[in-house]
Amino acid sequence: MRAALFVTCVNDALYPRTGIAVVRLLERLGVEVDFPAAQSCCGQPQYNTGYRRESEPLLRRTAEAFAGYDHVVTPSGSCAAMIREQYPRIGRKAAEEGRGSTLAALADDLVPRVRELTEFLVDVLGVTDVGAYFPHTVTYHPSCHGLRSLGLGDRPRRLLAAVKGLELIELPGAEECCGFGGTFALKNPDVSAAMGADKIRSARATGAEVLCGADNSCLAHLEGTLRHAGEPLRTLHLAEILAATEEEPPR
Amino acid sequence: MTGTDLGMPAFPPFPEAAREAVGNEVLRANLRHATHTIRDKRARAVAELDDWDRLRAAGKAVKDHTLRHLDRYLLELEAAVTAAGGTVHWAVDAEEANRIVTGLVLATGEREVVKVKSMATQEIGLNEALEAAGIAAYETDLAELIVQLGHDRPSHILVPAIHRNRGEIRDLFRTEMGRWGRPAPEDLGDDPRELAEAARLHLREKFLRARVGVSGANFMVAETGTMVVLESEGNGRMCLTLPETLISVVGIEKVVPTFRDLEIFLQTLPRSSTAERMNPYTTMWTGLGPSKGADGDGPTAFHLVLLDNGRTDTLADPTGRQALRCIRCSACLNVCPVYERAGGHAYGSVYPGPIGAVLSPQLRGTAAPIDATLPYASTLCGACYEVCPVAIDIPEILVHLRERVVQGGPVTREGVRVRIRPAHGHTAERAAMRAARLLLDRPGALRAGERLLSRARRLRPRRLPGPGRAWTDTRALPDVPAESFRDWWARERKSPQK
Repeated sequence: MRAALFVTCVNDALYPRTGIAVVRLLERLGVEVDFPAAQSCCGQPQYNTGYRRESEPLLRRTAEAFAGYDHVVTPSGSCAAMIREQYPRIGRKAAEEGRGSTLAALADDLVPRVRELTEFLVDVLGVTDVGAYFPHTVTYHPSCHGLRSLGLGDRPRRLLAAVKGLELIELPGAEECCGFGGTFALKNPDVSAAMGADKIRSARATGAEVLCGADNSCLAHLEGTLRHAGEPLRTLHLAEILAATEEEPPR
Repeated sequence: MTGTDLGMPAFPPFPEAAREAVGNEVLRANLRHATHTIRDKRARAVAELDDWDRLRAAGKAVKDHTLRHLDRYLLELEAAVTAAGGTVHWAVDAEEANRIVTGLVLATGEREVVKVKSMATQEIGLNEALEAAGIAAYETDLAELIVQLGHDRPSHILVPAIHRNRGEIRDLFRTEMGRWGRPAPEDLGDDPRELAEAARLHLREKFLRARVGVSGANFMVAETGTMVVLESEGNGRMCLTLPETLISVVGIEKVVPTFRDLEIFLQTLPRSSTAERMNPYTTMWTGLGPSKGADGDGPTAFHLVLLDNGRTDTLADPTGRQALRCIRCSACLNVCPVYERAGGHAYGSVYPGPIGAVLSPQLRGTAAPIDATLPYASTLCGACYEVCPVAIDIPEILVHLRERVVQGGPVTREGVRVRIRPAHGHTAERAAMRAARLLLDRPGALRAGERLLSRARRLRPRRLPGPGRAWTDTRALPDVPAESFRDWWARERKSPQK
């Protein structure tokens, strides 16, 4: 099977190890991975901040970069949700405003082919045990877009539970937002920080060594909060845990 | 553009107002305790129904249908209310509604009214308007009474005094009740039962004396002209049945076509709001009924004031209009992580929380700083949409209103289609978004930028200037990797990219 990796701009620039982990994981599972170099950002920062028109060229770029691939895999629930939920809306509105119908067609063509990593593993490849080894206690924070927009359900937790050596501890209040919210973290810093602090408190109370998530933007906020507070708990993207083996532990 | 009044004084922008609440430990603890308790109970009450999703879809469909034909149903309602002996008044805004109600009360010769908890009368600031005309308005809902005694503002749609704890309420009762009527017992404690008993005795005097009652309504049935009030305490029913004159101020979006439509909402509203299978009191009245005035049972005069106050303008917006489906259950407040930290007052309107963040900037417009910041008072986590019993896609409206704030665009104001300009203070942000887009739309430039960032990674500052400071004040910045994914891939796959 062949799949294109949509690594996302945050992973590309700040968390390349997550992208590398996805490549290693998928190749280990027999998937031939491509990385179309014309890809960039999905346009979520612009769209969610109110600059819908600014997100249109990025929709076009993303859709064109992944044209022709049956499967587009991304290690971000948030970016997958942006494509799946908002691209059709952006396309429709552009058409309504008389700026052609090609955006809508591009969106409709791309949407059904995009899968968040855990969806791809569980639904397309049909695996929950990916042969990983990670001998640590882990608690999982499901980020909001993966949880509610994509409906990932228990896919991430099933994947984690099947990892050899891993002990999964439930995070109390897991379904509450961590307080990142893109530009929200800058526009409402006090509320964002308070939410982050509460999330960290819950995570610390589990006694787990690792706080795992499937969105590096949320994790950047949580990791930043942890480091600012001098907390020993560390954050790790789900893909890096799933890619880990005895020979190649993460980091 | 007129200022649609939503019952609050001029307010600072949301982030500023929220900062104060976030720093108030008592308030945060009160809110956290209350919202978590009710959200867990709601989840259990909803889970009891195996057709919840269908009820939700049906409620949405009924509301959407009604809104699409609102003119027709309002006229049908007016005819039915009139035929049943009531009088219908139309109020285009808060000022007109207040003038009508004040005039009706003065005409009775009375100088005090008892009130059923009502969002519409709070929205228009009716109590203040009545006070200015020399009429005392007494709130009879326990939480509203607490807010009124404290010269405070409500901070929640359903539980207006959610920000107060028992000790604070006891102190208020002790010091303030005597100034309004029967004083609280000297030795009043903070046991809920004791507090409720003190309120009961205090309010009983008012119920028995008042000859004018003022209410809102949860629903109005077009085909029969029936008003419906759902409540928990029974105080509402006292106000609706004891006085001689009853005046109801109701938003025009509260109409439903038929009596049968209530079947849906009488299931979804109590479970969503108080986590009850059924609210303890449901009072319905239709005009005066054939026997009214003859045997003295119930009011002898009924007035219905239909309130627009920005609703027709909101209806003109295809995305924003879904906010008018709202049945004021407040489930969205109770699950909102932002509301939980910021408290209700930060929203600068009688409609706090997620629904307030989408309703206020539509009813009032986005010109004031508070209204321009409300659409950003959310992480778009979607918890509000998930619990909404009429499926209002609040995140979608928030993003839609953000666009209105930063880009301007067409809106309807007082029935006229106008194009508004972007709100002030977004010039730098707009430039940054455009620059980011230009960079992101050129992978070559993006790659060069990433390399520059990697090369300068040791220079990464601990604290950022400008808007970035908001991040670094409480969070460390991520490390910059030595190599971007893009470069790793190119090196690893030995296929240099353009």
